[in-house]
Amino acid sequence: MSSLILRAGTRILAPTMLLFSVFLLWRGHNLPGGGFIGGLVATSAIALQGIAFGPASVRRTLVFPPATIAGAGVLIAALSALPAALAGLPFFTGLWLKLNLGDGAVLPLSTPLVFDIGVYLTVIGGVCALIAALEEEPALEDQDTGG
Amino acid sequence: MELPLVLLIGLLTAVATWLMLSRNLIRLLLGFAVLGNAVNLSIFVAGRLTRDAPPLVPLDAETIAGAFANPLPQALVLTAIVIGFGLLAFALVLAWVAYERLGTVRTDEMRVAEPPEEKA
Amino acid sequence: MMAGWLAAFVLVVPILSAGATTLAQGAPRLQGWLSLLGSYVLLVVSVALLLVVLRDGMVVLQSGNWAAPFGITFAVDSLGAVMTVIAAITGAACLTFGLGEIGEAERRAWFHPLSHVLLLGVCGAFLTGDLFNLYVWFEVMLIASFGLMTVGGTKAQIDGAVKYVALNLVATLMFLLAVALIYGLTGTLNFADIARSVPTVSNVGLLTAAATLLMAAFGMKAAVFPLFFWLPAAYHTPLVSVSAVFAGLLTKVGVYALIRAFTLLFTHDPGWTHTLLLWIAGLTMVTGVLGAAAQTEMRRILSWHIISQIGYMVMGLALATPLGLIGSVFYLVHHIIVKANLFLIAGVAARLTGSMELKRIGGLYRSAPWLGVLFFIPAFSLAGFPPLSGFWAKLVLVRAALEIGSWWIAAAALVTGLLTIYSMTKIWAEAFWKPHPAGEAAARPLGEAPTVMLLPISALAAGTVVIGLFAQPFYVVAERAALELLDPASYIAAVLGGAK
Repeated sequence: MSSLILRAGTRILAPTMLLFSVFLLWRGHNLPGGGFIGGLVATSAIALQGIAFGPASVRRTLVFPPATIAGAGVLIAALSALPAALAGLPFFTGLWLKLNLGDGAVLPLSTPLVFDIGVYLTVIGGVCALIAALEEEPALEDQDTGG
Repeated sequence: MELPLVLLIGLLTAVATWLMLSRNLIRLLLGFAVLGNAVNLSIFVAGRLTRDAPPLVPLDAETIAGAFANPLPQALVLTAIVIGFGLLAFALVLAWVAYERLGTVRTDEMRVAEPPEEKA
Repeated sequence: MMAGWLAAFVLVVPILSAGATTLAQGAPRLQGWLSLLGSYVLLVVSVALLLVVLRDGMVVLQSGNWAAPFGITFAVDSLGAVMTVIAAITGAACLTFGLGEIGEAERRAWFHPLSHVLLLGVCGAFLTGDLFNLYVWFEVMLIASFGLMTVGGTKAQIDGAVKYVALNLVATLMFLLAVALIYGLTGTLNFADIARSVPTVSNVGLLTAAATLLMAAFGMKAAVFPLFFWLPAAYHTPLVSVSAVFAGLLTKVGVYALIRAFTLLFTHDPGWTHTLLLWIAGLTMVTGVLGAAAQTEMRRILSWHIISQIGYMVMGLALATPLGLIGSVFYLVHHIIVKANLFLIAGVAARLTGSMELKRIGGLYRSAPWLGVLFFIPAFSLAGFPPLSGFWAKLVLVRAALEIGSWWIAAAALVTGLLTIYSMTKIWAEAFWKPHPAGEAAARPLGEAPTVMLLPISALAAGTVVIGLFAQPFYVVAERAALELLDPASYIAAVLGGAK
């Protein structure tokens, strides 16, 4: 599909959506938002780019294959459960590190945030893999009959 | 508020049952999607319907003042929706592959994996 | 605290394996090693967990430090720990076997990551102490099994997968509906909290209906009469290493869930639930073994036998006596090892002769006599020959039935055992004894099968012999698991003790 309006719109919309998805990821846990919904918003941005500029440009944007991103996300999410062991607390206990930035501003870093980043990546990787499989159907068919 | 929802659940279940009794794989999957909604609604109703504040703790407080809605069914339904979506997506792709490879979506014609019929 | 972390590692290890093998998708050799490493580490961790549970009693893990019943609880009693060890053994054996079986196309279809996700789902289901969490683990297991079922993508696999997927989708929704009803009635989803609330529920009729719905959902997973038709339609189609994991583990997760639900949660109306289970058990045994008698394809015969064996496990549960539950637990352990092994052996036999179809093969006794020995051990253990593991399992169950005067179920169990011998001798006579229809050279010697395939088979066969010859320690563990199952109060105390 090569619509000029869509392409021009996407150039503005996709980056905005990606930024918004990071905002949702960051704000999550104690407020509405989180890794899952952030990942979905990011994926919509990527899908929009795919519709406007084609699958090849999506592959360039993602750099890594979608499945690799999903795998890394799963690893990060699983690892976020482990620091609690060092603190002698049960599995998955949230640990918070509040960095004081001065002027009363506090930057809360936590294992739930790490978990959310893992979920964020898993959702992006997983859904992009799905979309890629549907978009590049002929290639998938060849692979399928090969087995 | 329970009664209309319960009636809706009943209606959805009836529609889903009718769809799932079909020999057509696509109808069966549509039936699964509809039945999934009926089940999710019943989890929602099982958590008791109240018209209270959303279950969010304000930024400057430790607890919510006053009555608030039960957040657990929402979490459960959200999980169930995501899982149901994943299963349905897989099942639809499978139906598509089955149509491509076996040339049919009718379940009574899918007999590749069955032993050949004995000639009487 | 450390024990809780051990339970957590049973879940973390397969997640890490799944993630790592996904990342190593581009490096075949590395992926294979990571996959094996993951499965053996899981085995070590689960054995350690079992030892801790046997030494110190139940391990309870309140994930995220949220006290039960508010957080997600993992509660590991002897049964859960034993099942986890058996799952890890099956996983390690089948992944080892898989190294010899799968080619590049199967590997590219995500065989290794999916296998670890499957193990994750199975282990999660064995460890969890929360009904909704059990649902989630079931789905994790289910989606991985969908993927594994179609690895290879042959027509027969697609056909089998359609039936498998359709029936399992229905079972999923029945489970979820039962969850909704139970949540509505008791206001909680934590196993211990449900068990505590069940006696106070006033609407007993609806509670029994929910219990029966749960029985149907778990029964469909476990493939009991009359909900078993998906199993023989699907289990003979996937890769051998996949179908061995399915045959060994997946239906047994259903049996485990039945045992958990009808010893801990729903003991309020045994006149209905346990009588129903006893009838189901008897009919499952007999229909399964009769179905097997009519088949001529090795894996289809074995699939029907899974069904009949499930009947034995449900029978012990339905009797609800200490001896009956000991029999069920012992049978679960024995059956998973034996059945996974039989599927693997059928895979090797088909590789050496060219087919799973008994009419088209033969001559294995002449070309590969040691495979005959390896087949003989699990096959006759399955049929219940002394002194193999199946004999003790059946002996305990039949004694349990006679103890409470259920003559007909004991008779059904014995007749099923006899008919099992018929099927096993049929495979023996057709695949091993009879000459190969395509001439003597068509049956290859055992040396042509890869060593990675023969190692797990030999190890599992050795396990069967050991359980048979040294049954006492296994019996003691099964007895302990059964006594814990019959004492829900201590489970409730262990989980909710902190919350009061």
